[in-house]
Amino acid sequence: MKANCWIRPNHVEVRDVPDPAMLNSRDAIVKITSTAICGSDLHLLDGYVPTMQKGDIMGHEFMGEVVEVGKGVSRDQLRVGDRVVVPFPIACGACAACQAELYSCCENTNPNAGLAEKFFGHPVAGIFGYSHLTGGFAGGQAQYARVPFADVNPLKIESDLRDEQVLFLSDILPTGYMGADMCDITAGDVVAVWGAGPVGQFAMDSAQVLGAEKVIAIDKEPYRLEMAARAGYLTIDFEQTDVRSALLELTGGRGPDKCIDAVGLEATHGSMPIMAYDRAKQATRMESDRPYALRQAIMSCRSGGIVSVIGVYGGLVDKFPAGAFMNRALTLRTGQCHVQRYMKPLLEHIERGEIDPTRIITHTLPLEQAPHGYDIFKHKQDGCEKVVLKP
Amino acid sequence: MADDKLTRGLGWLSLGLGISPLLAPGQFGKAIGVGDAPRHRATAVAVGGQELAAAAGLLGQQSPVWLWYRVGGDLLHIGMLSRALKNHDGRGLERTGTALAAVLGITGVDVYAAVTRSRRKVEMDTTATTTVTRPAREVYDIWRELENLPSFMAHLDEVRTNANGRSHWRASAPFGRTVEWDAEITEDVPGERIAWRSVGGADIDNEGHIRFEPAPGGRGTEVHVTLRYTMPGGKLGQAVARYFGEDPHQQLDDDLRRFKQVAETGEVVRSEGAPGGKRARQEFPQHPAQPLTRGEISQEVQS
Repeated sequence: MKANCWIRPNHVEVRDVPDPAMLNSRDAIVKITSTAICGSDLHLLDGYVPTMQKGDIMGHEFMGEVVEVGKGVSRDQLRVGDRVVVPFPIACGACAACQAELYSCCENTNPNAGLAEKFFGHPVAGIFGYSHLTGGFAGGQAQYARVPFADVNPLKIESDLRDEQVLFLSDILPTGYMGADMCDITAGDVVAVWGAGPVGQFAMDSAQVLGAEKVIAIDKEPYRLEMAARAGYLTIDFEQTDVRSALLELTGGRGPDKCIDAVGLEATHGSMPIMAYDRAKQATRMESDRPYALRQAIMSCRSGGIVSVIGVYGGLVDKFPAGAFMNRALTLRTGQCHVQRYMKPLLEHIERGEIDPTRIITHTLPLEQAPHGYDIFKHKQDGCEKVVLKP
Repeated sequence: MADDKLTRGLGWLSLGLGISPLLAPGQFGKAIGVGDAPRHRATAVAVGGQELAAAAGLLGQQSPVWLWYRVGGDLLHIGMLSRALKNHDGRGLERTGTALAAVLGITGVDVYAAVTRSRRKVEMDTTATTTVTRPAREVYDIWRELENLPSFMAHLDEVRTNANGRSHWRASAPFGRTVEWDAEITEDVPGERIAWRSVGGADIDNEGHIRFEPAPGGRGTEVHVTLRYTMPGGKLGQAVARYFGEDPHQQLDDDLRRFKQVAETGEVVRSEGAPGGKRARQEFPQHPAQPLTRGEISQEVQS
């Protein structure tokens, strides 16, 4: 089959690889009909996440049709021919984390958990196409994928919704939704979202669905801010405006009640010297992540507010504003999305027409053009917000 | 290392040899026929200090490292005395010769002690723990089925239970060796505890026990394992093994992680990068995260 493989930093290539085969009894094989490139794939692309190997298949947002089911999966759960969306974290459904609905912290699905433990203190779940640190699972930017624990993970789509309407249930829609969910939004809340990429856009939609009074998008790409404005949100261009003053202005001096960091470790900063400082520390391995969005969210949030982090961090950050965080009684909430927790309720939101995930798609390309898709997405060319790939 | 007479004896010898040059550097210099000029005294004090360090080490920890330290000191002293003999002014030449002979004799004893003591085996305790979301009795039952153990313990190749209640174990050891032993269960309390030990002529003497305790608040069962085995090759062997990725604590940790996978999900979880399941740690750099060929599958997954 054809698959988009990581070859070396900043280079992916569509190659011929063997078709997937069963490795565990509760596996299923899915013939992929739609898959997508995620912002977090860019962290893998340029080598910020360690333990990538040449030939690793990328991709953790995919859906398709079940073509083979392992003998350990009951036919009540899944059958050949079922149409499914596959969540990016692989959950076993049986460990304490899964029982507490903390699926992305599953204790059993990462064969390299011993290694992950060294980086993170405790291991995290296996993830499709997301380095060997999260298990070394082949990803979904391919014609077929093996899906472990197929009786626990995939969401069956039984209505006639199009692929584009449900594909993002695999990651970015639940991720954005969890960002807003962790904010405990109440009437009158102003929610500021750093990053108007796909996850940021869905965090804004979710904040609105959950009852926010006002939603503010912070980014520097005009096309991303325009997309947020079209959906009815206020916008701040951090290259043109001082973010803190703009936020104070928009909130009568209170600061946003809830702040969502939908950027993560590869943030950029409006100020060249600050950017150069963190770049230099990153290059010399004194710091692995650039936390501008997080720093700014903490400094901006009103006292007693919530800072919700869904942008991906990988390692260590420098100049974490612990004083502001502690003295102003902030709450920090975080996590890789527990996708399985949100898939069904979000599917219902989509079916009722309350959320339209297709609004962020700007490019649909054949799988063969995946490297081009990465290129325009990374360099923010051609107004690229979200690339869907068709195998 | 248990109390060892030879090591202790050498410790006391070092103490004796250290005190006299420190208390009376001048007399010491004359006694070995090299004189008592300021530089001779300074050297005597240095030698005394060095001997006291050896004494403290040997009487304190009895570690073979301090025996090798003594050997190093001996070589230094032989060098100094040889030089003294060569440049000798004749006064007390005989005493210097005697001193050198004595040092050569002591060196022999030190080398013997260092070599033999370094090759001593050391006992090692390794512990690891995990929590499994199942009742203690069920978790106990899975472990008690000893033939199950090789499915998740990386180094165990086979366990066979014999009719006489004993079991035969085969495991791979560092550097491609295979070790085998017979073991007997010494304690067996269903749902609570199992203890075992190797019997007669094991390649590596070992014993261990596992406790199953209800975790607080209905969180399942805490599993606590302790293994004690006698490592050949002493500390040096241990360090070399660790260098090659054979850290016993890490191994047991990984083994228990997979035990949890088996107990909670029914099998060891495999990925394209770690298709060998329990061999995940040995596989770095791993198979790329892409499907295996048929040939690779029959090799990796079946074995």
